[in-house]
Amino acid sequence: MSRNAQNDHLTRLEQTSIHVFREAFSNFRSVCMPWSMGKDSNVLIWLARKAFCGKIPFPLLHIDTTYEFPEMYEFREKAKVIHGIDLIVRVNEDAIRRGIGYATHDPVTVTHELKTVPFKAAIDEFKWDALVTGIRRDEDPTRAKERWFSPRSAEGNWDYKDQPPEFWGQFASVAPEGGHVRVQPLLEWTELDIWEYIRRENIPNPTLYFARNGKRFRSLGCHPITHPVDSPASNIDEVIEELKRTKTSERAGRAQDHVGRNSMQELRAKGFM
Amino acid sequence: MSTATPTAEDHRKMHVVVVGHVDHGKSTFVGRLLHDTDSLPNGKMEQVRKNCAIEGMEFEYAFLLDALIEEQEQNITIDTTRIFFRTKQRAYAIIDAPGHKEFLKNMVTGAASASAALLLIDAKEGVMDQSRRHAFLLSLLGVKQLVVLVNKMDLVQHSQETYERIRREYTAFLKTLGLEAVHFIPLAAKHGENVVQRSEKMAWWKGPTVTEALDAFRHEDDLTGLPLRLPVSDIYRFDHRRIVAGRVEAGAIRPGDELIFQPGGRRSTVRTFEDWPGPSREVAGTGDSASVTLSEQIFVERGQVAAHPSNQPRVGREFRARIFWLGKEPLVPNKTYRLRLLTQNVEAVIAKIEKITDASTLESVQADSVPRDSICEVVVRTTRPVAFDLHHECAITGRFALEEAGRIHGGGIILEARSEHAQRSGKVTSAERTARSGHAPAVVWFTGLSGSGKSTIAEAVERRLFDAGRNVVRVDGDDLRVSLNRDLGFSQADRAESVRRASGVAGLFAHTGHIALVTLIAPLAADRAKARANLANHAFVEVFVDAPLDVCEQRDVKGLYAKARRGEIAEFTGISSPYEAPESPEVHIRTDKVSTEQAVELVLNALDKILAGKGEDWEV
Repeated sequence: MSRNAQNDHLTRLEQTSIHVFREAFSNFRSVCMPWSMGKDSNVLIWLARKAFCGKIPFPLLHIDTTYEFPEMYEFREKAKVIHGIDLIVRVNEDAIRRGIGYATHDPVTVTHELKTVPFKAAIDEFKWDALVTGIRRDEDPTRAKERWFSPRSAEGNWDYKDQPPEFWGQFASVAPEGGHVRVQPLLEWTELDIWEYIRRENIPNPTLYFARNGKRFRSLGCHPITHPVDSPASNIDEVIEELKRTKTSERAGRAQDHVGRNSMQELRAKGFM
Repeated sequence: MSTATPTAEDHRKMHVVVVGHVDHGKSTFVGRLLHDTDSLPNGKMEQVRKNCAIEGMEFEYAFLLDALIEEQEQNITIDTTRIFFRTKQRAYAIIDAPGHKEFLKNMVTGAASASAALLLIDAKEGVMDQSRRHAFLLSLLGVKQLVVLVNKMDLVQHSQETYERIRREYTAFLKTLGLEAVHFIPLAAKHGENVVQRSEKMAWWKGPTVTEALDAFRHEDDLTGLPLRLPVSDIYRFDHRRIVAGRVEAGAIRPGDELIFQPGGRRSTVRTFEDWPGPSREVAGTGDSASVTLSEQIFVERGQVAAHPSNQPRVGREFRARIFWLGKEPLVPNKTYRLRLLTQNVEAVIAKIEKITDASTLESVQADSVPRDSICEVVVRTTRPVAFDLHHECAITGRFALEEAGRIHGGGIILEARSEHAQRSGKVTSAERTARSGHAPAVVWFTGLSGSGKSTIAEAVERRLFDAGRNVVRVDGDDLRVSLNRDLGFSQADRAESVRRASGVAGLFAHTGHIALVTLIAPLAADRAKARANLANHAFVEVFVDAPLDVCEQRDVKGLYAKARRGEIAEFTGISSPYEAPESPEVHIRTDKVSTEQAVELVLNALDKILAGKGEDWEV
């Protein structure tokens, strides 16, 4: 019997995500998909191609903090060709001129200046009313409250205390005045689902996820604040086996999450993904 | 159905909603469940114990959950969250819904995506408002698998008598909702009794523990056995292909299947699936997002529901529904809302509020408006026809959301279809007729010489349309001659009158929703132009059935040409009376060159094109 949404967990997740992509594309005037080049982002590209019969009908956006790992830049150029991506790249040149950086500033400030600020500027420039993000409910407690379609105000704020109801596959279909809607096709996926799907579909990914000298990256961000975890998992099968056993949180190696007690909630309320 | 109780490891995550009256112990229960199934992240238990020690508080399992959702300060659950755990059998997502009634919205969001529910009742407090209210909502949201947890049994000395009393009382209540709990499990969540471990203090309980009961739940969303319902999300034309995109919400679809798209009633056949990166699947079942190409290019748009012709959804503009209303402003009659049903999105009004139901007592009251967090029964009327099923026939096409200014404020299930004319005063509109017949009316006028093949083609077209479920009728010139037109001869004036009468008859049929096929020589262009003008309100297809005179004369099926040549018939078209060939007919058929089958295809294609071109017009 062939795989379908009823008999296979990954296919079910995939088919639901495709539906979310399609609903977003039909509902909104102008869609964009930010691309971190990380594993979740790459799964999104794959799902978008499945949703739209091979071709992604909207642009991707890379907010380049200039602190990406060198391998990520190589991966970006390669993936662009493989997937036929229409890519927009933005850097907060102004912040860099002002000397904002990890050597002199705390991670929350740098993340805000080099990610959130240029991200908002790009939204203002292109007037997108829907942004597809790769967040998952299992990543972080504040993300567990997310909706498939999550409206953001013109300031990019997330009113997590008064979210629209979402049921029976009916999503918030209109962006707030001047704002946009975050579309989150991976909401129900777990880290393990992502890796099992990458293996099944053979989706290209950076090799930083695999162990070198006993360490690997589980989550990828700016290199000064992203730390590898101890792991012998040097290929995808070993990563999957490791995840089936681990109880350490995925973003443990991401410093900006752990500065203050509610730092993630604060970052996200201000427009971080 | 593939929903049997899993025996081996189940790879699909089961979504379970946990509800119950505030302070009946939900957080403690969930905390304990996470702990006892060994699902907590490393160090979480120690961290929470340490925090409690610092703040001088006794450790509680509820803090584990709170710690996970960063909500200690507020001490209430502010929104629906997902908490993941697994048993040996499978993975679960607990959808944590709030106990405070002002957060009904979040409860709805949480419970609507659940396959099963756990409902907690405090053994000491017994059945409370929200115990009843939440069960009512579960029934409204279509969650049918329910296990009731009679919690805090330690506070009632593990009394079987207390347990039995609550079970009896609540079972009777559930019955009024058409619900039945699979189990009532006596529980002391705080001490982990009957959560994962069996309670020694309640040896009288022979039923399952919570995790055993969870593992026996089935995935309830497999609607593969139901009739096909494929709402169209979009039409993609990214390259040369024209792809109908949509998710199969019920049933299954395969290449070669004939489809009917409602509202509208247009038909086509599935040619291919267009899956990337391929190869394309052979069947798309419930829950699968499909990319379909069609054999015949017909007008299809977002919102229409594709079904198999043998089992179609209802099409109409009015139905009775039970609604839950979450809007800050009350729901009021005769205000325009947007109704969203699958991918359909139409304007709708509440034609009548029949009653408002108190969710805890189930008593009904009459009112002019429906306040926030209420449940009511109403009559909904839409401005355009919608395709739907009754909720008990097919839940997924039997429910809808109500939206105002882009925000969803309520939802409902369809209880009963209303025939509009019973409710509506005034004349029956053509839109109502179209909604009933499932297709737009039209007039197809076959003109041409006697013996050119008008009737032959019209009969074959009639057969095809009839077999496809259309309301179709032939208005035949020869039939009219011996009935309605018995008083008419063949003078120019009489011929004009005959054309006028035929167009009148065709118009009457079209007005009642039929596709009328007129076969009449109608030799003069001016008469035909008048007929077309008379029928301007309807889709009109002129078919010029064209064969050279000598071919017609050779055929002479009725022996009329011979008679005319012998002078026995005066003013015979083509012999002793002129035939003015149409200059720009919608269809021009050379019957001396094409077969009847080809001719029929030409006519049907033109008809479909014209009806498609009319788009929304004919629905108004």
